[in-house]
Amino acid sequence: MESVTDLTVRQIGRTAGQVMQKSVEVTAETDIGRDLGVDSLTLMNIVMELEDVFELSIPLDRLADVETVGDLAALINELRVRA
Amino acid sequence: MGLLDKHKAYSQAYQTIRDAGADPFNVRFESVLSPTVGIVNGRQTILLGTNNYLGLTFDESCIAASSTALHAHGTGTTGSRIANGSFGEHLDLEEAIARFYGRKHAMTFTTGYQANLGLLSTLVGRGDHLLLDADSHASLYDGARLGHAEVIRFRHNDPDDLRKRLQRLKGSPGKQLIVAEGIYSMLGDVAPLKEFAEVKREMGAYLLVDEAHSLGVLGDKGRGLAEAQGVEADVDVIVGTFSKSLGAIGGFCVSDMADFDVMRVICRPYMFTASLPPSVVASTLQALRVIEDRPELRQQLAANAQRYYDGLKTLGFEVGPQCSPIVAVTIPDQPRAIAVWKALLEKGVYLNLALPPATPDARPLLRSSISAAHTDDQLDKILAAFAEVGQTYGLLDAPRQRASG
Repeated sequence: MESVTDLTVRQIGRTAGQVMQKSVEVTAETDIGRDLGVDSLTLMNIVMELEDVFELSIPLDRLADVETVGDLAALINELRVRA
Repeated sequence: MGLLDKHKAYSQAYQTIRDAGADPFNVRFESVLSPTVGIVNGRQTILLGTNNYLGLTFDESCIAASSTALHAHGTGTTGSRIANGSFGEHLDLEEAIARFYGRKHAMTFTTGYQANLGLLSTLVGRGDHLLLDADSHASLYDGARLGHAEVIRFRHNDPDDLRKRLQRLKGSPGKQLIVAEGIYSMLGDVAPLKEFAEVKREMGAYLLVDEAHSLGVLGDKGRGLAEAQGVEADVDVIVGTFSKSLGAIGGFCVSDMADFDVMRVICRPYMFTASLPPSVVASTLQALRVIEDRPELRQQLAANAQRYYDGLKTLGFEVGPQCSPIVAVTIPDQPRAIAVWKALLEKGVYLNLALPPATPDARPLLRSSISAAHTDDQLDKILAAFAEVGQTYGLLDAPRQRASG
């Protein structure tokens, strides 16, 4: 069975693919900037979509610590628990 | 390993642009002769990328006022207003801006960038939320980073999206500040302020509007988009700049908020920088009078913008969604955008090349800013240059007939 984190990672991959208009393969270890070539604006656009998918608010200042897809998934899961 | 190695990707990208034989981010004007004409590479060039909307940089009354202040009070203030004090002109200018907007308070900053840093970092703080339009100017994003509020973006010019994101924050204890711009600097589109004002009232939020590109441009009195859309009473803070329609440099904000003067002792981008030199303050003060006294400049600007926007559209270029003094042509790819920019410069037309990620939809833009000082003859020359390069670089599907024949 997939863990909540795995599901979130998969969703991030799908959303990133939609925003970047190409298919992307991600794991928790994928580096968002280096491996996916996501710049700061694209990351903010991905996050805006993810806010709608998960129905929550992801403040931009929280992205400062996000390097990998796993970091982003952990942040989303933390915010979901809080919400 | 050097300190700047981490910026290698940017450095390589910049080199790629320079390798194309042009440096759009480092153009040298040998001389600037008027609001609309300069000399580049020894060639007389029409200036179409200066944000000089009313052409006031060479207004004789502004130059005279500036010159008088320069001789009377010297070249600079050499310090901040909290340390070195205010000159009479600083106070006169703040009073004039407050009166112009019909507000109780006005505060000036040394640049528009600093005004946004200052406001976004002090109006909201820890536990509050800033709601930024996704296409906000870099100064608004940077201001958001300088402060401690949580920052949420909403989809560009989308009141329903804004409402949805505010609803998600229901129950959180802090205040919410919505941030929008009068005219957006890249595509020239305007914010749906009426609808934003409705959302603001419904959700009990505050509203800040940056009128940097709309002051002197929109509204019967030239106060900007909030005036044009009749929602000034709903806007809690207006921020703007002296560096566009007013032809100088500096930033300001106006508001009716109680205790506004506390900003002067908490707003770091106001406190810890040298204040505007008297000559700049004096020309700005005079330019504000010109805006009030000569509404015909605004009408001329609107007519010029319409002529240019329609002209480009008729030629078959992809322009922004609505006509304003900012007219952006979308170019499909970066190599052609650089080549077209360079070809236009060689034909004596200077405008701005904007590349992603500084553009809204990840496509390059050729951005023009129209001035009331452009003549019909200049606009026709520019359109002719566009028609030629458009053909050369395959940007026009098929040559279309000019509507005006």
